[in-house]
Amino acid sequence: MIRAEWFYWLVGLIFVVMAGQMAVDRSNPKRWGSAAFWGLLGLGFGYSSFVVSGHAPAQPLGVAVLVMVCLAGFGFTGRGQQRTTSEEERQRASDRLGGKLFLPALTIPVVAMVCAVLVKKVSIGGQPVLEKGSETILGLGIGAIIALVVGLIVVKERNPGVALHAGRGMLESMGWALFLPQLLSILGAVFTAAGVGDQVGKLVGHVLPHNDTFLAVVVYCVGMALFTVIMGNAFAAFPVMTAAVGWPILIQQMHGNAPCVLAVGMLAGFCGTLCTPMAANFNIVPAALLELKDRYGPIKAQLPTAGGLLVCCVGTISLFAF
Amino acid sequence: MIVLLGVLVVVLGFATKRNPLLVVGVAGIVTGLLGKLSVSQILATFGNGFASSRSVTIFAITLPVIGLLERNGLQAQARKVIARLSRLTTGRYLALYLLLRQLTAAVGLSTIAGPAQTVRPMVGPMAEAAAERRGKVAELPDRVREKVLSFSASADTVGLFFGEDCFLAVGSILLITSLVDASYHVNLEPVQLALWAIPIAACALVIHGARLLWFDRRLDRELAAAAAEAQPAAVTTTSEETAR
Repeated sequence: MIRAEWFYWLVGLIFVVMAGQMAVDRSNPKRWGSAAFWGLLGLGFGYSSFVVSGHAPAQPLGVAVLVMVCLAGFGFTGRGQQRTTSEEERQRASDRLGGKLFLPALTIPVVAMVCAVLVKKVSIGGQPVLEKGSETILGLGIGAIIALVVGLIVVKERNPGVALHAGRGMLESMGWALFLPQLLSILGAVFTAAGVGDQVGKLVGHVLPHNDTFLAVVVYCVGMALFTVIMGNAFAAFPVMTAAVGWPILIQQMHGNAPCVLAVGMLAGFCGTLCTPMAANFNIVPAALLELKDRYGPIKAQLPTAGGLLVCCVGTISLFAF
Repeated sequence: MIVLLGVLVVVLGFATKRNPLLVVGVAGIVTGLLGKLSVSQILATFGNGFASSRSVTIFAITLPVIGLLERNGLQAQARKVIARLSRLTTGRYLALYLLLRQLTAAVGLSTIAGPAQTVRPMVGPMAEAAAERRGKVAELPDRVREKVLSFSASADTVGLFFGEDCFLAVGSILLITSLVDASYHVNLEPVQLALWAIPIAACALVIHGARLLWFDRRLDRELAAAAAEAQPAAVTTTSEETAR
């Protein structure tokens, strides 16, 4: 059986190798800080296996996370000069290779799809080939590896190191923003452990008038969206707002349909995600990847849609949950 | 009540534009301390949180192959292809992409596309090329180019968000069921939740799809405005020539 943990080890290994490349890259004025940041991330991916299985304490990993936060937060990471091709070279290469260039890029989704739909059902000796529940993630990994091989063949490149260097260039241009989503999930876990939801619940209980269903729905949906805007993560906002309004007021007090309230409530949070730079992986990382001068460009494009959808969420719960 | 100061740290840190990693890290520590967790418990929460959230970061595995293809002219090739698809405008192309992204995410294939996988190498350049063709310009003015790329990113993000929740085994659905089970001891079936996501997914397609289609008209206006700004001299010359 191919396990998700193997895949995490592979991703960790790639981070460590790229960190090694950064350490010897003299064009990067902050090469040691960058190498330490990505190296710790890679090592953390491997160490996490033992934390998940309960064979190692989680505290050292917590220390590593804080060190990474300090490295990036106090500006110890940077980027080197990109070792890449010029626009003319790219133009010539695309004339030579033509449509074949799309083949490796399309290999990733096709393999991921095949793994998630077909390989998922294959088992050898009663054991599924791909770990249950991780088929899509594993498909992405397998797809990326096959795509790399196909890519090397298509562009007739014998040295896989070229691809690794190209990938590192992209990693450096995205920078620490790549780690923010994971840190936000961690913040959500801390909020839950510290009981932030219960406190918000007490607050809202004092303020909200009884038996006004529509107002309670508005508070729940807008609250989800606002909390998500603040935290950049609907997953982190969900336990807070559900403990505060969703469960005690909408479901227990007003007898709302629980699946409707909770599923649509989560989507109201997603409306908030569309509007916030804190959701770096969805809003800032794309801007960085597309090399936009206006980092808030994608958010501006999404704002009116998010507003309209929030109204749809309030409407759906108000009309159908009670 | 004092534990809510942690939320305040996030708001203030973000409002004053501190480094987001630093803000979130400090907010975590402050919230933990105010919530009377020991230092060891806080570190353990950070560590366990890291271990269980790794799947958010794995798209980095696609970077080497995408980087390799870009070195070899992937984006240049994408522009050539859209140049041949002369009937698709930027808006229609992005609306089509939105629909495809929603459909694939709704069957659980949320990781096959994304900013690194598809938007940077394909969707962005193609939308850009379509706009260049529509405006009959070799290169878009910077302001217009940024808008086209921003809308490309938005088609991907909206499609993902309001597609994936129709799938049973997606994180947000599993988070709801596990939270309700753990906190309130009520068993909800994922399929009940996923069904309620379908009407909102339809709303998302209608609202954002319509905005993408309208974007074509907006593009015309902006390109005309940019052309008028850039070439007043050229226009004068032409009219003088006609006069003669």
